[in-house]
Amino acid sequence: MLSTFHHIGKYFLLVGRTFKKPDNFKLIRKQIILEMLSLGIGSLGLIAIISLFMGAVVTLQTASNMNNPLLPGYLIGYATRESFILEMAPTVMSLILAGKIGSNIASEIGAMRVTEQIDALEIMGVNSASYLIFPKIVAALVFIPIIVIYSMFLGSFGGFIVAMFNEGMTIEDYVTGLRYDFRIFSIIYAMVKTLFFAFVITTIPSYHGYYTRGGALEIGKSSTKSVVYTSIVILIINYVLTQLLLL
Amino acid sequence: MIDVKNINKSFADKQILHDVSINFRQGEINLLIGASGSGKSVLTKCIIGLHEVDSGSVEYDGRDFTNLDFKGRKEIRKEIGMLFQGSALFDSLTVEENVRFPLEMYSNQSNEEIEERINFCLKRVNLENVNHLYPAELSGGMQKRVGIARAIALNPKYLFCDEPNSGLDPQTGIVIDNLIQEITQEYNMTTIVVTHDMNSVMETGDNISFIYKGRKWWEGNKHEILKTDNKELCEFVYSSKIMQKFRSL
Repeated sequence: MLSTFHHIGKYFLLVGRTFKKPDNFKLIRKQIILEMLSLGIGSLGLIAIISLFMGAVVTLQTASNMNNPLLPGYLIGYATRESFILEMAPTVMSLILAGKIGSNIASEIGAMRVTEQIDALEIMGVNSASYLIFPKIVAALVFIPIIVIYSMFLGSFGGFIVAMFNEGMTIEDYVTGLRYDFRIFSIIYAMVKTLFFAFVITTIPSYHGYYTRGGALEIGKSSTKSVVYTSIVILIINYVLTQLLLL
Repeated sequence: MIDVKNINKSFADKQILHDVSINFRQGEINLLIGASGSGKSVLTKCIIGLHEVDSGSVEYDGRDFTNLDFKGRKEIRKEIGMLFQGSALFDSLTVEENVRFPLEMYSNQSNEEIEERINFCLKRVNLENVNHLYPAELSGGMQKRVGIARAIALNPKYLFCDEPNSGLDPQTGIVIDNLIQEITQEYNMTTIVVTHDMNSVMETGDNISFIYKGRKWWEGNKHEILKTDNKELCEFVYSSKIMQKFRSL
């Protein structure tokens, strides 16, 4: 228990150091662009495939459970849209990104630690936490919401493809469902969650990477631990924010 | 000049450094020698502030480094160059970008001036036509030379080298030793080299400190080390048959 508090304290101290004034804004700006390309653009393909298939499966499952003639056909599109906007795109995609981006960050920073590259930065007088972690946070805060919106569209499109080829559904009903009772607050709620998740997806793996000690084996352990803890924290934040924002 | 005064350092219950005091002289190669686990690396990390000392002080030309805040230390660190055991080059950057990094971070030079300085530093360590290669594409000796080029980019007053020829063949090791010696004299730097390589000791040892079980056990130069009768130092220096033969000559 004491060790948990020790890690939480150390994590917040590291986050504090990350937000200290950078030594050179020009270099930080360059890093932010590089991080956006590596963390953001590199994830688009994976998110596209997952969103399309999940959208299709959610639509199929909803349709198979709604064979009651009293239920209107547009409810399938409505259910797909709501599940994607409220949960699938922000939370499930963030969990997937925690695996992809999180392990990447932890192993990258961990390798820099064990090969003394972080020590080299420190000796040059550079605030290594700010130089290495801050650009990742900014890149994630900008790019992960874009990825989540992209996932919402693709998930709905996956359902649309199912509606096109499924006999029990019509495209008109599906599109009506997508547009039915649309509330902008759902998008705001999803974006608020996503910003919290984006912060966690970058800072927790950075913490694990930054304090890696040892060699290749420890880098692997840090990477695994970072994915596990990031996922747990995402689920807890998801519950707390849902309680606060929706009820 | 770097003055280390009465440094003590512990990790948990284990005391690693015991009241170590050493004066590192300007314009000379100051060697820290000792067996693995003797405390050389911890001492170096205390001197450059990667570890906080429990007591004692480190003075860089009269400036007390141990009592400075982050900002004060940063100013001194800009005057420090360091060559790491594994070179510690940024592996996502090319050779040129590695040398450019400290210049872009701290100097107000124009792009042309930075370019000129990079080429000068790389030429000084006898590296040409490697500007666009990544560290993984270089040999160990070349990586060390890029490490030296990066370390001298900002014209440092103090140069730290952590086992500069470990992992290198003897011939390349001598090239690196000579390069460090030339640069030290050329720029009148205070150079501290951590090593347990006896070739380096005999080639470059102007001022040698032998660390034994966390204490400064002996101090002298490469001529005095041959005549010493210090038991622990003799065990360290003359542990190989070649060195034993060398002594008997």
